[in-house]
Amino acid sequence: MDFLTLLQVLDSTVRLATPLLLACMAGLFSERAGVFDIGLEGKMLFAAFSAGAVAYVTGSAWLGLIAAIAGSVLFALIHGLASITFRGNQLISGVAINFLASGLTVLIAQNWFKQGGRTPSVFSGGRFEEITLPFAETLGSVPIFGPIYADLISGHAILVYIAFAVVPISAFVLYKTRFGLRLRAVGEAPDAVDTAGISVVRLRYTAVIICGVLCGIAGAYLAIGLQAGFVREMTAGRGFIALAALIFANWRPWYAMGTCLLFGLLQAVALRYQNIDLGGITLPVQLMDALPYILTVILLAGFVGKPQPPRAGGEAYVKER
Amino acid sequence: MTFMKKLYGAAATLALTAGAAMADPALIYDLGGKFDKSFNEAAYGGAERFVSETGGSYKDFEITSEAQREQALRRFAESGFNPIVTTGFSWASVFEAVAPDYPDTKFVTIDGFVDPAKHPNVLSILFAEHEGSYLVGMMAAQASKTGTVSFVGGMDIPLIRKFACGYAQGAKAVNPDVTVISNMTGTTPAAWNDPVKGSELTKAQKAQGSDVVFAAAGGTGLGVLQTAADEGILSVGVDSNQNYLQPGSVLTSMLKRVDVAVFDSMSAGSDLETGVKALGLAQEGVGYAMDDNNAALVSEDMVAVIEAAKAKIIAGELSVHDYTSDDTCPVLDF
Repeated sequence: MDFLTLLQVLDSTVRLATPLLLACMAGLFSERAGVFDIGLEGKMLFAAFSAGAVAYVTGSAWLGLIAAIAGSVLFALIHGLASITFRGNQLISGVAINFLASGLTVLIAQNWFKQGGRTPSVFSGGRFEEITLPFAETLGSVPIFGPIYADLISGHAILVYIAFAVVPISAFVLYKTRFGLRLRAVGEAPDAVDTAGISVVRLRYTAVIICGVLCGIAGAYLAIGLQAGFVREMTAGRGFIALAALIFANWRPWYAMGTCLLFGLLQAVALRYQNIDLGGITLPVQLMDALPYILTVILLAGFVGKPQPPRAGGEAYVKER
Repeated sequence: MTFMKKLYGAAATLALTAGAAMADPALIYDLGGKFDKSFNEAAYGGAERFVSETGGSYKDFEITSEAQREQALRRFAESGFNPIVTTGFSWASVFEAVAPDYPDTKFVTIDGFVDPAKHPNVLSILFAEHEGSYLVGMMAAQASKTGTVSFVGGMDIPLIRKFACGYAQGAKAVNPDVTVISNMTGTTPAAWNDPVKGSELTKAQKAQGSDVVFAAAGGTGLGVLQTAADEGILSVGVDSNQNYLQPGSVLTSMLKRVDVAVFDSMSAGSDLETGVKALGLAQEGVGYAMDDNNAALVSEDMVAVIEAAKAKIIAGELSVHDYTSDDTCPVLDF
């Protein structure tokens, strides 16, 4: 593999990892607060639809992004209402969110645009264009570093940079602020947080809303960053891969970024090379596609390290009387 | 209570007579959905033409999961619809279970193959996709400036490999030195609806030198056509005429006249002849699309070369290898 090919694969990795990363950070906030969320896929899908529809109607990518976030937060609030206020089973609520999004997006899109459950193609103003960072052209001629800066780091939609900025911000918020401490505490020992006079319900709702916002950005990136509109089921399981990444990263922000980049790299390599020839052994492309899940299962089985999920995760908090 | 019984009885009789009186055709789409801009939408077009030309009516249904296939088929058969037309290769196995239970109903599977000896009431309509793909492959190789063309398939199944193989043969026929890159999106039905992966594949193929991409990938193909337009390279659509989706960037579309197959089956009604029907270039079952959107991209010389090959195929002087006949492709490795 020559340097140029490597750069192209890594460039593709960044694009493929971005929605995973955003969804993964979304799940991180929600699950660290004790609300398991397998509805990442559904929220992303609904966000993608909202982004595609509003960006097409208004011709503005930013309005599309706002609509995506609003749609995703709405779904997050439904999840919150079911699992926090009414103390329902969080997994079942998450599954319901996925089904709801899968059906509702196609239904609304079909009724609205009559194009078979997709939105019409969004034109240039409605899409997040690839932005060229300053000095990309002048530095491009510098050996090694130049192409890395010009091709790999520069030339992505702004949402990509937002996604990668979310990681240090999340790490800071979770580990260095009072809010973060409480958020983590509410996922480990909500009774202790309650004893200290802090509202468990409010904290969990905040976490769920943050989750909705991040899923919204992820969906918008899919629909109007990478593509030019919404196509039914366009998330294609990315919410579940993000969930796998979250478990693999042991619910920690920096590790989550590493994992998402790894999973993105696996996808990018699988897309570039159908079959990988390793001196006699041919790795089929299917193995590369399945690898994220295989790695997660290996981790969960306890072969490598030990997963430490938030202790109160998946349980609704009931105040003692 | 007795009144209720009578009421139910009356309702049931009414339903039965209503069912018996109806011999309208029915159309069931595959998972891609009715308006997929491609395969299923072509079927819908054929059914609508049946309505406008014959004044008949039909019922259609979009399945949303694998489990609905048998359910939907039985419901239509029990309601007395005849013939029942389905689109997509996945229906064949369902027919084997359902068709014997309704010997008086005629079933049509487009793209699926059901053994006519075992199931005399099923018509399997197959297309010679390799012949149509061959022609668009010729056009792609003529339009390519880099000498590299590529193919993006949806789910990795023999049918899609048949497209790829025909395409590669056509490209090599024009230019023996042409490089053909072939990628499949995935191995699950999700591969039909993943435009993001389609885009990444297109970018990867462009990076490897390709400047014409043929997408036979359902909804994934929309991502391919979009990215090809963004990156300033050419693309080739599939099944329906997709030239209008990205005007000036879609070189042509490989047409599969699903609409003709649906129209003919519906028009024949319950007198439909069953068995196996293969629609190739000679029957105008496949072809390539020319319209205002791609007129500027295709020169008369290109068309002349393709028409010559088309005439040879129809005359039987030139045979295009069909991947599904022996599961190998002489010019392409999968």
